[in-house]
Amino acid sequence: MSNQALPRPRFNAPEPERDPKAALKVDASTLPLLPGKVSEIPDAAFGWAMRLCGCAVVALLGLIVYQLVVGSQLSWHAFGWKFFGQSDWNPVEDQYGALPFIFGTIVSSLLSLVIAVPLSVGVAVFITEMCPVGLRGILSFTTELLAAIPSVVYGLWAIFVLVPIMRAYVQPFFGKALGWTGLFSGPAYGIGMLTAGVILAIMIIPIISSITREVLSVVPQHQREAVLALGATRWEMIRMGVLRNARAGIVGAIILGLGRALGETMAVTMVIGNRPEIAKSLFAPGYTMASVLANEFTEATGDLYLSALIEIGLALFFVTIVVNALARLMVWSVTRGQPARSVA
Amino acid sequence: MNSNLAAAVIPKVDIPPVSWRRRATDHVMTAASVVTVILVLLPLFAIFAYLVYKGIGSINLAFLTQTPKPVGEPGGGMANAIAGSVVILGIASLMGVPLGIGAGIFLSEYGRNRYGDMVRFVSDVLNGVPSIVIGIVAYGLVVMRQKHFSALAGGVALAIMMIPTIARTTEQMLLLVPQAIREAAYGLGVSRWRTTISITLRTATSGVITGVMLAFARVAGETAPLLFTAFGNQFWNWRMDQPTAALSLQIFTYAISPFDEWHRQAWAGALVLIVLIVASVAAVRIAVRHGTLSGNA
Repeated sequence: MSNQALPRPRFNAPEPERDPKAALKVDASTLPLLPGKVSEIPDAAFGWAMRLCGCAVVALLGLIVYQLVVGSQLSWHAFGWKFFGQSDWNPVEDQYGALPFIFGTIVSSLLSLVIAVPLSVGVAVFITEMCPVGLRGILSFTTELLAAIPSVVYGLWAIFVLVPIMRAYVQPFFGKALGWTGLFSGPAYGIGMLTAGVILAIMIIPIISSITREVLSVVPQHQREAVLALGATRWEMIRMGVLRNARAGIVGAIILGLGRALGETMAVTMVIGNRPEIAKSLFAPGYTMASVLANEFTEATGDLYLSALIEIGLALFFVTIVVNALARLMVWSVTRGQPARSVA
Repeated sequence: MNSNLAAAVIPKVDIPPVSWRRRATDHVMTAASVVTVILVLLPLFAIFAYLVYKGIGSINLAFLTQTPKPVGEPGGGMANAIAGSVVILGIASLMGVPLGIGAGIFLSEYGRNRYGDMVRFVSDVLNGVPSIVIGIVAYGLVVMRQKHFSALAGGVALAIMMIPTIARTTEQMLLLVPQAIREAAYGLGVSRWRTTISITLRTATSGVITGVMLAFARVAGETAPLLFTAFGNQFWNWRMDQPTAALSLQIFTYAISPFDEWHRQAWAGALVLIVLIVASVAAVRIAVRHGTLSGNA
């Protein structure tokens, strides 16, 4: 009754134009309060300046590729593909082979994934599916705090806390239990491939778990409800309704973590032992592509030496680019179409 | 009463009880995920506790005001490294922040097309380039030309690392500004560039600044790209074209040295580094909240 007294809203008014240019086309001179025509020049100039900034990002990538390719020419001509297959690294005789570093990078990164993946997926599952709401914010903030600690501080902590623990407890334990495999044999120095893998794992857990959390949270709620309605327990609901749906995104998160582990420099350099050898045992010292750059770049005397190091940088760059691009595409395939949230 | 009604309407179905095995699996997996949380938080607390415990005892006035002493002599500090870090980060911010925000504006206001998608993808990929590789690029760009290491080269390396992060967060923050606000400005006859700067960017100020501080905090502790750009220095240096000390570099050098006195200082340096990062981020946040930098002042 009272509704009748109110004026009817007019729904047949024309929809406002969405195109910003269209709004500008209103002739300002007909409006009494506004000055005459607005000049188009500052607008165009600003637009192009911003486009230039966008170009700069692409140009940066081009610049990185250019610098690395030009810098590594000398070594490329001297060794060709053999550079990546030889394990002889001898600056005195100008013989350079990158195999020990490639081996070290791959082994330490995979080792870190083996440790970090179950832990970070577990944390992500706990935070999104099990945790009381009040605790959720605190927990995700604390795990992300791990990402804010500088790499060199991780290294410092690893040298003085992690290495002694590894030497005194972890390595003897693994040596006794699994020494027969050959993977855990030899003297326990504390430093070495295994320790590098552990510190890397601690460093990549935040990135894997935060992106996994992102991916799990976009799994539609009705998926969970449907599985629960069929009589599933909570774990069955997580396994069938959540993890299976988020598979591609979780794999993407893991690959993103791999990309981070491949390029990580300081903490690894401080604990891996820095010896260019390929050893079967994970207790043995190793060397990675990033840490050879960190240690030898400033001391590289000859042109060929420097060029060989830049070529290692180029290889590292390409591997991380491919790994990251792959990971981004996989994460996008899951979160696409969802409201944008910070993934960085 | 409602339950009586429900009982009358819903037919009885025999739901088999959940088997003990499935229930046990459920409990085991719940426990397992609680354990993972504990395992992940353990190193975090260990690092912070150890850092504070070792660092507090080593910080004194000399540490904050003196330059490093030669090996063997006790005392000395990292004053020049703290100043060097500030200079290098200043150079990096001067170059990286405007360019990054510009790229962010492009992505949100002009980049809703395929070209924008390309820039978006490239900046995500750039985010993943190892910092040591960025160091090589800055070495080639600046150090090779100048023929010696410099604070400028370090700043360039860190700026390259800041740009993609700032671009992406700025874009996300600008996209949160409702389209209606832009249209209101256009409707008043305000030009597009003026709208972008005074309305859109202004509305999103606090978010954009948070993104900038995130990028800043990320590069502030970087060591790898400074190894062969800023290089480090044992003495005071205020010139941009000379090798310059940085806190993170000094921590690295001291940590891998065999001297106890230097280890002690490395811990102190690490604590100062983290406190500086947290303090600068907090200071900017407070400034944003209290109006000096905020959009609605």
